[in-house]
Amino acid sequence: MAADRLAPAQASRVTVEVNGTTYEREVESRRLLIHLLRDDLDLTGSHVGCDTGNCGACSVILDATLVKSCMLLAVQVDGSSIETVEGLADGELSPLQQAFSDHHALQCGYCTPGMLMSATALLRENPTPSDDEIANAIQGNICRCTGYWNIVKAVKAASGQEVGE
Amino acid sequence: MLLREVGYARPRTTDEALGLLGEYEGARPLAGGQTLINVMKARAAAPDVLVDLNEIAELKGIELGADGTLEIGPMTTTSELIAAQEARARPILVEVCSQIADLQVRNRGTVGGNLCSSDPTNHLPPVMVAIGARMTIAGQFGERTVPADEFFLGVYMTAVGPGELLTKVTVPPGRSDGFSSVAVGKDGTCIVNAAASANGELRVVLGCVGAVPEVIRPDGTDTEAVRSAVRAAQLTPPGDVHGSSEYRRALAEVVAARAAAQATERAGG
Repeated sequence: MAADRLAPAQASRVTVEVNGTTYEREVESRRLLIHLLRDDLDLTGSHVGCDTGNCGACSVILDATLVKSCMLLAVQVDGSSIETVEGLADGELSPLQQAFSDHHALQCGYCTPGMLMSATALLRENPTPSDDEIANAIQGNICRCTGYWNIVKAVKAASGQEVGE
Repeated sequence: MLLREVGYARPRTTDEALGLLGEYEGARPLAGGQTLINVMKARAAAPDVLVDLNEIAELKGIELGADGTLEIGPMTTTSELIAAQEARARPILVEVCSQIADLQVRNRGTVGGNLCSSDPTNHLPPVMVAIGARMTIAGQFGERTVPADEFFLGVYMTAVGPGELLTKVTVPPGRSDGFSSVAVGKDGTCIVNAAASANGELRVVLGCVGAVPEVIRPDGTDTEAVRSAVRAAQLTPPGDVHGSSEYRRALAEVVAARAAAQATERAGG
């Protein structure tokens, strides 16, 4: 019953699966999802960039849907399943991560966790995206270093398509 | 970012949500949160209780009637609308929703949220006014239907009163619509936007030029008729970092003419 959560200062128990592991935490209603991930679960791969829903550095996949984790409350994900950048590598880099490395798709790396999650969501829906489709998919992710082109190339390479120089 | 302390409820039905909104004076509905969470971060809004509408199945989904009328659940996300086969009955909805912000925001942001937040730069308010949508508003003591041109009352204010919810958006059939905007970057915040509908009489509606969508009724369908109707409206748009009042007034003629041209072309002339 939801009514027990209405006292503002009251914490509620949130059960959430992140990268295949189930976590239970007491969470204040005002807590943003990104802070549950970073501060309570110590999954600091997802970054806080702008904290206003513009930059996409905090992007995660929530129940198969790409979202910005600074734009949700942690209590809203009770019972959900989340994928973060920590879930991509399985002992070694995922093909997408390796392609980012091979194509120099990052410089400072701050936007990379969000870029990788947006690209992961894209490649699941569209295994062979065009340059335009990749650009549209990462429209909600801001990079201030590489100018995007190497990111587009990396995503295209990860999809097994040829990329020009 | 740390928000002010807030209570939270996740009801499963509209009735339960209306009960909570009626019970708590400082309660506010939470739709996709892509505006409200930001506003709460800035502490420009500080509700005592958030009534999260995301688990209310009856507020989601799109139904297409036999006559082409669409009934849109306000908690349908803009991504869901774009993907919905039914929504193609009114193509302008899909076209405009595809221009809202970015994928992550569209995945979470809802049709109802875009309307009820009544931000003058939002995409859907002028569209709904142009195409003559009707809004169903429910309260604890019943429901009523308000035409879109009476729905938007001011900046961040709509006909949805305290303790009420927008429960349905009804869109009449028609395909001869247009939309044009000048935005901050591709698919960014609109500086000026315009929607037009030529299903019958041409109707052009401007956004971003006042507190609520501005309805323009040109004498004819040609560019000059539309532009002179915009001039005759003597708009006094707000000026801000993205554009001065004069700039918006000049742009209003341009986007109105473009939207009208698209709508009349689709109407066959």
